[in-house]
Amino acid sequence: MGRTLAEKVWDDHVVRRAEGEPDLLFIDLHLLHEVTSPQAFDGLRQNGRQVRRLDLTIATEDHNTPTLDIDKPIADPVSRAQLETLRKNCAEFGVRLHPLGDVEQGVVHVVGPQLGLTQPGTTVVCGDSHTSTHGAFGALAFGIGTSQVEHVLATQTLPLARPKTMAITVDGELPEDVTAKDLILAIIAKIGTGGGQGYILEYRGSAIEKLSMEARMTICNMSIEAGARAGMIAPDETTFAYLKGRAHAPEGEDWDAAVAYWKTLRTDEDAVFDAEVVIDAAELAPFVTWGTNPGQGAPLSARVPDPASYEDASERLAAEKALEYMGLTAGQPLRDITVDTVFVGSCTNGRIEDLRNAAELLKGRKVADGVRMLVVPGSVRVALQAVEEGLDKVFKEAGAEWRHAGCSMCLGMNPDQLAPGERSASTSNRNFEGRQGKGGRTHLVSPQVAAATAVLGHLASPADLSDVATTAGV
Amino acid sequence: MEAFTTHTGRAVPLRRSNVDTDQIIPAHWLKKVTRDGFEDGLFEAWRKDPEFVLNRPEREGATVLVAGPDFGTGSSREHAVWALQNYGFKAVISSRFADIFRGNSLKNGLLTVVLPQETVDALWELTEADPTAEVTVDLERRKVLAAGIDADFELDENARWRLLNGLDDISLTLQNEADIAAYEAARPSFKPRTITA
Repeated sequence: MGRTLAEKVWDDHVVRRAEGEPDLLFIDLHLLHEVTSPQAFDGLRQNGRQVRRLDLTIATEDHNTPTLDIDKPIADPVSRAQLETLRKNCAEFGVRLHPLGDVEQGVVHVVGPQLGLTQPGTTVVCGDSHTSTHGAFGALAFGIGTSQVEHVLATQTLPLARPKTMAITVDGELPEDVTAKDLILAIIAKIGTGGGQGYILEYRGSAIEKLSMEARMTICNMSIEAGARAGMIAPDETTFAYLKGRAHAPEGEDWDAAVAYWKTLRTDEDAVFDAEVVIDAAELAPFVTWGTNPGQGAPLSARVPDPASYEDASERLAAEKALEYMGLTAGQPLRDITVDTVFVGSCTNGRIEDLRNAAELLKGRKVADGVRMLVVPGSVRVALQAVEEGLDKVFKEAGAEWRHAGCSMCLGMNPDQLAPGERSASTSNRNFEGRQGKGGRTHLVSPQVAAATAVLGHLASPADLSDVATTAGV
Repeated sequence: MEAFTTHTGRAVPLRRSNVDTDQIIPAHWLKKVTRDGFEDGLFEAWRKDPEFVLNRPEREGATVLVAGPDFGTGSSREHAVWALQNYGFKAVISSRFADIFRGNSLKNGLLTVVLPQETVDALWELTEADPTAEVTVDLERRKVLAAGIDADFELDENARWRLLNGLDDISLTLQNEADIAAYEAARPSFKPRTITA
């Protein structure tokens, strides 16, 4: 019987397989950041262990880093201490580090792909659940806890039980204004936050094949929000073209050998998935969340659901609590929800294409009065590219704040946070209670919906902007 | 890791689904660089409410958390496990756990027990009606026992063996040094490297 993409990559990394034991898997690339690594390095020290493969390990700083005044000492002493701990650990153990201020610094899941380190058929881990992002290249990539970070540092392997596989097939054409973000939010709403639990997802079908690498990364990034540790997309010409010429992409004969291998990384015709979900791309629309988990979402044209409409008692209770926290009323049109803050950035939507998409809608328009818009590039390289294209000017002229690279408002670990009761439209990945700051209320959206919302001051799609005149090209 | 064989204690019924790790331990606590001192951050936002179940005097000293489905979703932060353990929890019972949280728990000796929602409901009813009711989580017999409740649970044999003996995963893996070295020697040259020799 044939094998799925996930099974092929898994099998190629089995160091040891024994009856009654989890497989021991080799890890090709280990990404580190300041938050989940300090206790792992401590563990190495306590046991007199070294980092086994420095050449497969790389670190950057992203969660704690401020996006303003990056040339000044970090104001929060605890954040500063955590970054200094990473620097000290990397120096002591010899790990390559791209600290704040370095041209290769950025959100760890933006940095790996742009350096060409994330490649098809590799295993990638990081102490961060959004490591699933790298699956866009046909890599088997998943988030791990700090004990596993220590395990990989010491052994370059992980003992793991093989998950089941689930195909998510998306055929047809995505309608205009419907993005990868809308697609993944719709998938999560359909299968639920636990729907992918125990599975590796493979996104496939004609709608997926047409997507750019940036869009594929957005989709794989949020696999974890459906409960799946990993999501994958089979590598193809789009993948190869993205990688060719990048700093760590193979060259010469190695490139040819790599591409020959990468081309084998497709699910066989006769392979069998443990579960399958089918989505018709043509039926999708711009999608937003109304609740406090990423599965609580609906098309922008819909209304806030009535908790009483849920048959399942725990879902009903969850919806009641979500509406209470979010300050929403059942039946209220989603388009009527006004926001204080718009955030464009994060490992989900902080890449160059995301910034281009938001800028295109903001060009010649203004951010609505009373709305604060933050645009935070995913990495220094993304920022430099955006400046080269003049996108920073577009954002600034529209009244948005153009910031330095980092995780920023995706999570409340750095100065960029919502105040209690504030409401955001955010291109990030989690609308959990307090995620963007204590008492903050988050609606997850695409960069396009974020831009339209910034201009109109309420949740809006790009089509809603047709009545708003632009000064561009007049 | 501390071994887990069997534990008996009072329970905290937490009637919430999708308890994500941001709720278990908010991000600002993650700036600490140790594995201890997280107990005050556990469910920090909810604990501001004096009526929150963890704040009730009758729950003081309880060691078994009984939660709704999809416990531990979201961020991979192992700090969530440390916070539960620092607070005093020895076991968490739910009908479904997020994968990363469950893996992190087993690495630290916090037992996560999957039981059908009906049994979770029964445990909620029992421990809400009688806060002094004790719940036993027996890993040797793979059973959860309480007044009127005798439920079997599954845990794969390998994970159970590691927990019962408090074994260190890294030491176990390093016994396979020859296998790792052999795999490394056979890796193709086109695989990426972060440092070029």
